[in-house]
Amino acid sequence: MEPFTHPRHGKYDVIGTRPIRHDGEDKVTGRAQYGADIHFPDQLHGYVLRSPHAHARILSIDTRKAEAMPGVKAIVTSKDLPRLPDKIIESGEGVENQKYMSDRILASDKALFKGHPIAAVAATDPWTAEEAANAIEVQYEVLEAVTDPVEALREGAPLLFDRITTTTLGQKEVKATNVCLHTRHQRGDLAAGFAEADEVFEREFKTATVHQGYIEPQNATALARSDGHITVWTSTQGAFPARDQIATVLKKDLSKIRVIPMEIGGGFGGKIPIYLEPVAVLLSEKTGHPVKLVMSRADVFQTTGPASATAAKIKLGFKKDGTLVAADVWMAYEAGAFPGNWGATGAMCVLAPYRLPNLQIDVLDVLTNTPKVAAYRAPSSPQALWGVESVMDEAALKLGMDPIDLRLKNAAVEGDQRPDGYTWPRIGLVETLQAAKASEHYRSPPPNKPNQARGVAVGYWHNAGLQSSATVAINMDGTASVVTGSVDIGGSRASMAIMAAETLGLKAEEVRPLVADTDSIGHTDVTGGSRTTFATGYAVYLAAQDAVEQMKHRVAKLWDCKPDDIAFEGGAFRSKQNGHEPMTVRKLAPQLPRTGGPVQGQASILPKGVGAGFGCHIADIEVDSETGKVTILRYTAVQDVGTAIHPAYVEGQISGGATQGIGWALNEEYVHSDKGEMLNAGFLDYRMPTALDVPNIDTILVEVPNPGHPYGVRGVGETPIVPPMGAMHNAIARAIGVRVRELPMSPPRVQAALAHQPAKPIPA
Amino acid sequence: MKPLEFHAPTTLDEAIGLLAAGGQDVGILGGGTDLIIQYRAGRRAFGHMLDVKKIPELNVLSYDDATGLRLGAAVCCDAFTEYAPALKHYPGLVEGAELIGSTQIQSRATVGGNVCNGSPAADTICSLIVLGATCVVAGPGGTREVAAKDFMTGPGQTVLQPGELLVELRVPPRPARSADAYLRFIPRNEMDIAVAGAATTLTLAEDGTTVQDARVAIGAVGPTPILVEAAGAALVGRKLDAAALDAAAKASEAAANPISDVRGTAEFRRHLAGVLTRRTIEIAAHRIQQG
Amino acid sequence: MSNGTKRIITATINGNETTMAIDNRMSLLQALRDVAGMTGTKEGCLTGDCGACSVILNGRVVDSCLVMAAEADGAQLETVEGMARGQELHPLQTQFLEHAALQCGICTPGFLVAAKALLDRNPNPTEEEIRYWLAGNLCRCTGYRTIIEAVQDAAAELKTSAR
Repeated sequence: MEPFTHPRHGKYDVIGTRPIRHDGEDKVTGRAQYGADIHFPDQLHGYVLRSPHAHARILSIDTRKAEAMPGVKAIVTSKDLPRLPDKIIESGEGVENQKYMSDRILASDKALFKGHPIAAVAATDPWTAEEAANAIEVQYEVLEAVTDPVEALREGAPLLFDRITTTTLGQKEVKATNVCLHTRHQRGDLAAGFAEADEVFEREFKTATVHQGYIEPQNATALARSDGHITVWTSTQGAFPARDQIATVLKKDLSKIRVIPMEIGGGFGGKIPIYLEPVAVLLSEKTGHPVKLVMSRADVFQTTGPASATAAKIKLGFKKDGTLVAADVWMAYEAGAFPGNWGATGAMCVLAPYRLPNLQIDVLDVLTNTPKVAAYRAPSSPQALWGVESVMDEAALKLGMDPIDLRLKNAAVEGDQRPDGYTWPRIGLVETLQAAKASEHYRSPPPNKPNQARGVAVGYWHNAGLQSSATVAINMDGTASVVTGSVDIGGSRASMAIMAAETLGLKAEEVRPLVADTDSIGHTDVTGGSRTTFATGYAVYLAAQDAVEQMKHRVAKLWDCKPDDIAFEGGAFRSKQNGHEPMTVRKLAPQLPRTGGPVQGQASILPKGVGAGFGCHIADIEVDSETGKVTILRYTAVQDVGTAIHPAYVEGQISGGATQGIGWALNEEYVHSDKGEMLNAGFLDYRMPTALDVPNIDTILVEVPNPGHPYGVRGVGETPIVPPMGAMHNAIARAIGVRVRELPMSPPRVQAALAHQPAKPIPA
Repeated sequence: MKPLEFHAPTTLDEAIGLLAAGGQDVGILGGGTDLIIQYRAGRRAFGHMLDVKKIPELNVLSYDDATGLRLGAAVCCDAFTEYAPALKHYPGLVEGAELIGSTQIQSRATVGGNVCNGSPAADTICSLIVLGATCVVAGPGGTREVAAKDFMTGPGQTVLQPGELLVELRVPPRPARSADAYLRFIPRNEMDIAVAGAATTLTLAEDGTTVQDARVAIGAVGPTPILVEAAGAALVGRKLDAAALDAAAKASEAAANPISDVRGTAEFRRHLAGVLTRRTIEIAAHRIQQG
Repeated sequence: MSNGTKRIITATINGNETTMAIDNRMSLLQALRDVAGMTGTKEGCLTGDCGACSVILNGRVVDSCLVMAAEADGAQLETVEGMARGQELHPLQTQFLEHAALQCGICTPGFLVAAKALLDRNPNPTEEEIRYWLAGNLCRCTGYRTIIEAVQDAAAELKTSAR
C-alpha cells in the first residue's frame, strides 16, 4: 500500500478544530445512560459469591439453603457453564485459553485468587441476593498463596496449576512451574558489546501491582429470551470482543447474542475482558427475567485485572560519547491467576526507543494468586521503560551529557530495527525530543532550592491496528451520519464526525456520529490500544470515500459525463473539463433519489501502517526531606501525535495519562496480606491523584504525520502514561542524591532512602 | 444486612430511651461518614439506626470567654470550622476538623463522631486532648463528663457504655498568650487518613519567649492517641530554641508506639511523630507572636 | 420501639416535591437512582471517596452514598438533573463542554454539583480554593486541568450574568 502523503497537513478545514462533542450535552445533564443506569421493571438483582481465600481447592458447593430463601430466583455455579477445550483464542487485545476463561468467570475446581467468583444469585432485591449468596455453603481446602512474581519463581513456591510447564525458547520443560511464558529477543553479540562499552550500569528495579482506577465499576445486565436470543447491556470497551468472549464461554453462535454497549465510565484496558456478562446471562436463562449485576469497588480492585507487578534487572553499556552499545534485560511480570502474555508485550517495549546493535531481553510471565492481569494503558511498557530511563539518566550524569542529548544520540529513526526485529517506519521520536529540548520549560533554569530538581524520561507505545467497520450515510439534505462500532470512552465519536466531515466537505455539526451495537454494524475491535482514531477513523475515511465515489456517479448522471471526468476537491464535485458549477454534497443530496436512490458508503478494514507514539516528559519537583513527600512544581508532556484530529481531546489524553503515571510513580500500589488478600481495596487507601495532587500539566503536541493513515493519525492515548515514572524518579534522584528503584516512590520509601544515605544533590 | 428500623428523635430523653431499649442493636447516626461505611461493609450490624441530628442538645455551638467552647456532638465540621470564635481561639482544633475528608465529608462529618469512632488517627482528638477538653456523655443514669484524654480506650473503642451517647464537647477558655496547632501527615494532599498526627498547645510567659505551659499529643502512632507528657515537660520553663524543639520531638518519638499497616511503616510513623511535633510547636509559637 | 423497615419519604428534588417508597437500608443514592429513576447521580465507590454521587442536601454538597434515604424526608435536594433551566444549560455545564472538561463523563455530574455548591458559596474562588474544594471528586481521565479552568470560566460568567 502506498504510504499517504499529507499535503493538507495543518491546513484542514475541520480536522484540528475543537467542536463541542456530540454526546456532550447528555453527559453534562446526567441523561447519558451508562451501564448501571439501565433499569427494567421486572429486573432481578444479581450478587456474586466470591472466594475468601487466595488459593484453595473447592471441595463442595451446597446451594440448597440459599435456594430455599424467599425472593431467590436462581443460583449458578461453574456447573452451569459448558465444558470448554484447552484452546487459545483471541480475546479483545490479548489471548486467552478457553478453559481458563471459563474458570475465570466461575471457578471450577480451584479458587485461584481472593474474590474468584464461586457462585451467583439472582433475587428480587439486592439484600436478599447478598444474604442468599452468603448462605451458600462452600467447603475449601486452603492452600498456600503467592502474590509476588519473584516469590512465585522460587523453588518450592505454591504452584497454581499442576500442568503448566514453561515453554522456554521453543523447548517445553518437564517440571511444573508458575512461568507460563518466556520471551526472548536477541541481537548481535552481547559480550562483545559490553566489552567495547566505557561505562556499564547494572541495576535492579521493582514495581507493584496497580489498577486502572476507572471510576465506574464493572456492570452487566442480560436478558435471555425463550427463543435463545440473548441481549447484554454492559459498559465495555468493545461490544464485539465482549460478544466473542460471551459466545465462547457459553458456547453459543454469535448471532444469538446482541451486545449493546452502554456509555462507559472509563476503561483504560480494564474493561476489555468480560467478568459479569456470562453470569448475568446464565441467571437470566434460569429465571426468564433481566438480571443486573454491578461490582462493588472492593470487587473491582480485588477481582478485575490490574497491571502487572514486575521485577527487572537492567544492564546497559555506553561508550564515552553516549552511544548505547549493549543491553541485557531480564524481567518478571505478574500474570495473575491464569496464563497470559503481557510480559511478552513488555519485551517489545523495553528498549524500543533506542537504536542498539547488541541486546538480549528475557521476560517471564509468572502466575500468581491474584486476578489475571489485564491491559492498562500501554500495558507492560511503563514497567519496562522506567528502569531503562533511570539507567539512561545515570549514564547522562556519569558521562556529563544533557539527558535529552543522550536520548537523541541513541534515538531510533525510520529504518532502524526494534529489539524484536520490527523495522520502524516514519516515527517522531527525534522530533519529540527536539521539541522537549526547545520547550520553554526545559530552557528555563531547573529549580535549584534544596531538594528540588528536574527529571526527564522518554515513553513509547506501539499502538494497534485491528479491525474496524463504518458506514457513512448521506441524508436527503446533504448532512450525514456516521455509524461505527467503536465505543466512545474519551470523545472519539466527535473525531469520527470530524474525519467524515473533512472527507465530505461538511461541518462537524452536520455529521451525526453513532456508536452502534453488534446487530447494527460490522465487526469492530476494542476501543483500546490507541486504535480508535487510527483504525476506525480510517474506516470512516474509506466509508466516506465510498460515498463520494457513489456520488460521483450521480453527478456524472446529472452532468451527462463519465465519473472519471469528475473530481471531488475542496468540498465539492468539480468537472475536470468545464461547463459546470461545482456541486457540494448538500446541493447534490436532494437529487439522490432520482439519480439512483440512497447513498451509503461502507468500509471494513484491518489496517497496516500503524504509527507508534513517543513521548518525553519533563518534571520539576521538590522533596520534603523530613517526610519524603514529593510535590510537583511544574510538568510538561511532549508527544508525537501524528495529526491531532480534535486537539482538546488529544491534550486530554496526554494530561490524563500523565496523571495516571504520576499516581503510579508516587502512591499507587496493591498491598497484600501474607494470605494473599488485598488490604487496600478502596479509593481511600489505593491512592489516586486528586485535584490537589497534580499541577496543571502542559502539553506540547508534535505532529509527525503517520504515512499509514489518510490523515496522518497516530494513536495518542497510551504513550503518555509511560514517561512519568522515569521522569519523577530521575527528578527525585537529582533532588536528593538517591535513586529509589522501587515503585511507588511513596513518602516512606523516599524518606527511608534519604535516612540511609545522606542527601547529596546531584549537580544539575 | 438485616431489615432496618430508622429513628430520628427530637429530644434527648427519647434518644436515651431508644438506646436503652435497643442495646447493642442500635447504630448511632451523626454524620454517618464512619457508621454508614462500616454498616455497608458488614463491620457493624444492627437492626435500628438512631439519627441524633434532630436533638437540640447535640446541636449547641457557643462560646464565651469565661466558660469556653461548647460544641454539640452533631454539629457538622462545615458549620464548626466557620464558627468565628473557634477559628480565633482554637485554630488547631479547627484545623483538625477541617482535615476530616473532602468537602462532601465536611458537610456531614462531626467532631463528636470523629471522637466516638475511636480511631487513634482521628484528626480532632489530639487537639481536644491538649486543650483539656471534656466529653459530656448522657445515658440512662444521667450525665457524666470524661476528659478527652481518657475517652478513647483502644482502636475503635471508647468509654461509652451501651445506652450512652456523646452529647457535647467542652473546651476550656484559653489563657493569655496561648495558641494551638495541629498537623497530620498524609501521602496525598487530601482525602487520606492520617499516617501520623500531632497537636500542640503553648502558653508563653509574660516575657513572651519563655514557655509557661505546653502540651503535645500524637495520633495514629499507637492504639490510642498519646499525650506526651515528656514533650510538654521538655519545653516548659525554656525558650523555644533548636535544642528544646529537638528534645520535644525526641520525646514524641520515644512515646510513639506505632504499627506497620497499609498507611505506613512503624519506623516511618515514629519518625513523623517527631517531625510533626516540632512543626506544630513552631506553628503554635508563631501564632502567639501574631497575636 | 418498632416503626417499620420501609417508609414513604417526601423530599423536594430540584424544586419538585417528590415522594418515594424506600427500604430503610437504602442510601440516598439508591433512592435517587433506583426509586426516583434519576440516574444522573453516579455510583463510584460507595465509601465517600470519589464524589461521583455528590448531591446538594439542604444547601451543602454531600456524598449521597453516605446519607441514608430516610434522612432525606423533608429535605431540599439538588442534583445534576436540576442544573439546567429548561433548555438553558448552567454556565458550569456549558464551560465543561467548551473546555472539554470531560472524557468518559462518569465523574462529571459529581463535579458539576460540587462546583455549583462552591460557586453558590464563594463566587470568586482562587485556583487553590477550587482544587481544595474539589479534592473529594476523583477524575481518572482528565488530569483535572480542564475541569479547574472550566470552573474558573463559569465563575466569571456567573458574575456577569443575572443567574
